[in-house]
Amino acid sequence: MLRIAGVRKRFHHDEVLKGIDLDVAEGEVLCLIGPSGSGKSTLLRCVNHLETIDDGHIWVDGELVGYREAGERLIELPEREICRQRAKVGMVFQRFNLFAHLTVLENVIEAPIAVRGISRGDAIHAAHELIARVGLAAKEGAYPARLSGGQQQRVAIARALAMQPRLLLFDEPTSALDPELVGEVLEVMRSLADDGMTMVVVTHEMAFARDAGDRVAFMDGGVVVEAGPASEVLVAPRHERTRAFLARFVGAHQDGSARAGRT
Amino acid sequence: MARVVARRRPWLWLASAIVVVACAALAVAIWRNPNIDHRIIARHQFAPAILHGLAVTVVLALLSAAIGAVLGVAFALMRLSPSAVLRGFAALYAWLFRGTPLLVQILFWGNLALLFQMLGPFRTNDVMTPFVASVVALGLNEGAYMSEIVRAGISAVDRGQYDAALALGMSRALAMRRIVLPQALAVIVPPAGNQFISLLKATSLVSVIAGGDLLTAAENISSANLRTIELMLVATFWYLVLTTLASLGQHVLERRLARAGAGLDAAN
Ligand SMILES: Nc1ncnc2c1ncn2[C@@H]1O[C@H](COP(=O)(O)OP(=O)(O)OP(=O)(O)O)[C@@H](O)[C@H]1O
Ligand SMILES: [Mg+2]
Repeated sequence: MLRIAGVRKRFHHDEVLKGIDLDVAEGEVLCLIGPSGSGKSTLLRCVNHLETIDDGHIWVDGELVGYREAGERLIELPEREICRQRAKVGMVFQRFNLFAHLTVLENVIEAPIAVRGISRGDAIHAAHELIARVGLAAKEGAYPARLSGGQQQRVAIARALAMQPRLLLFDEPTSALDPELVGEVLEVMRSLADDGMTMVVVTHEMAFARDAGDRVAFMDGGVVVEAGPASEVLVAPRHERTRAFLARFVGAHQDGSARAGRT
Repeated sequence: MARVVARRRPWLWLASAIVVVACAALAVAIWRNPNIDHRIIARHQFAPAILHGLAVTVVLALLSAAIGAVLGVAFALMRLSPSAVLRGFAALYAWLFRGTPLLVQILFWGNLALLFQMLGPFRTNDVMTPFVASVVALGLNEGAYMSEIVRAGISAVDRGQYDAALALGMSRALAMRRIVLPQALAVIVPPAGNQFISLLKATSLVSVIAGGDLLTAAENISSANLRTIELMLVATFWYLVLTTLASLGQHVLERRLARAGAGLDAAN
C-alpha cells in the first residue's frame, strides 16, 4: 500500500531525512517512534507531498507520489494530479487543525463536496454516520472552539475518513491532549485498525504501538534505525539507540498506560 | 442597613461643566456670527449640484474601495508567494504608493497627458477624464494599504488550517478561498472599515483635478458667490452623514463576524 524507498529531504543545508526505506502492507498499522527532531513529521508530510523530496521514491497504492519519472529524473506533477493523490491519503495532525470557521458537520462535508464533487445531501448523509462513529452525533452543530481536545481530534479523524482514504497518516494525534482525553482518541484509532484501515502513526504512546501496531519503526537522526514487528522492536530491540530511547518509557512497559513526557 | 453613597467627584463635575459651556459658546458664536448667512446654507444643502457632487463622492469611494480590495488581495497573495520577483514587485508597489502623498498621486494621474499624449490608440485626455484619474489614483492608493491589511489577516490564520485543507486534496486556490480567507476576514474587517472611512474623506482631494466630487461642487459654487464658509459647512454636513453611515455599517459587520467566528482564536 505504501512503499518508501531511498527518500532524502533537506531543509536548506540540513539533511533531515537521510535515505528512508519503509513498506506498509494493506491493512497494516505502522507506528513510527523516535526522539524529537528525528524527522518523523517530515516523513509523514512527504507521503502526501506536503513537502517535496530531494531524492528517492514514495508509492501509495502503486502510484508514485508527487512526481513522474522521466528517465533518471523525477518531474513534479501538476497541482491537479497532486490534489487527486492527496485525496486518497488522510492526515490527522497533532494540533487537530479543524477549520475554525466551520461547524463539526461542515468540517466533515467540506472536502467531499469541494474536492470530490459529491452532492451536499450525500455528503451530509455520510457525515452523520462518521460523526456518530466517533461518538459526537450530539455535537454536529458545534464550532471547534466549543469542543474539548479529544472531541476535536475525533472530528478530525471523521473529517479525514469522509474522503474515503486508502491510507491514514497520524502525526502525534494525542500529544496535545490532556491525559484523560487520550483514551477516547486511541479507542477510535484502534477500531479503525480493527476494521483493516492502513495507518502510519507517529506516536509516543508505547502501549498503543504495542497493542494496535503491527509493526514499529524507530527513527533517529533522519534514518530508520530499526523496524520490525511491534513485539520485537519494543520488547527486544536490537540496536543500542532504540534501547536507550525505549528506556525512557520503562514505566509504560510496566503499567501499560503511562505516557511519554511531552516535549 | 447602610446606604451606599458614591464618592463625590467635584473635579469631574467641573470638567463636564466647562466642556458644556465651551461647546455652547462655540455653537452660539457660529450661529449668531454675522459672517455666516444661514439662508445660503439652507439654499445649497440640497441643491442639485451639491447632490450630484455627493453622488460622485459616493461612487468614487465605492469604486476605489472595490478596486482597492481586489488589488489588496492580489498583492497580499503576491507578498506571500514563493517567487522572489512577485514578492519584490508587491513590496515595491506598497512602498511607492504608501510612501508618497495621495495628493501628489492624484495630481500625477490627473496630469498624465503631460507625460503620455496617447494611451495606445486613444488620446490620454479622452481616457483619463478627471473622474477616471480620480478612480485610478484612489484605487491604486487604497490597494497599497489594503494589501498590508489583507496580508496581516492571512498571516493571522494558523498555517495548520492551510495544511489541513491541502491534505484533504484541495488546491491552493481553493484552500485560500474556502478556508484561509474566510478566517482572515475577521482580522481584516476592522482595519478595512477604518480604511474605508479615510477613503471617504480622501475623495475630497480629487477637487484639485476637478474630479467632480462633493468638494469640487461646493468649491464651484463658492467661487461664484464667494460664500466659502457656508459652502464648506454644506459639504461638512454631507461628509459627516457619509462617515457616520460607514461607521454604523462597520459596527454591524464587525458584530456579525464576531458572532460567526466566536472563539476563532481559542480553536488554534
Ligand atoms: N519547514 C522546515 N524548515 C526548516 N527546518 C525544518 C522544517 N520542518 C522541520 N525542520 C527540521 O527538520 C528536523 C526534523 O523535524 P521533524 O518535525 O520532522 O521531527 P519530528 O521527528 O517530527 O520531531 P517531533 O517529535 O518534535 O515532532 C528538525 O530539526 C526540524 O527543525
Ligand atoms: Mg513531529
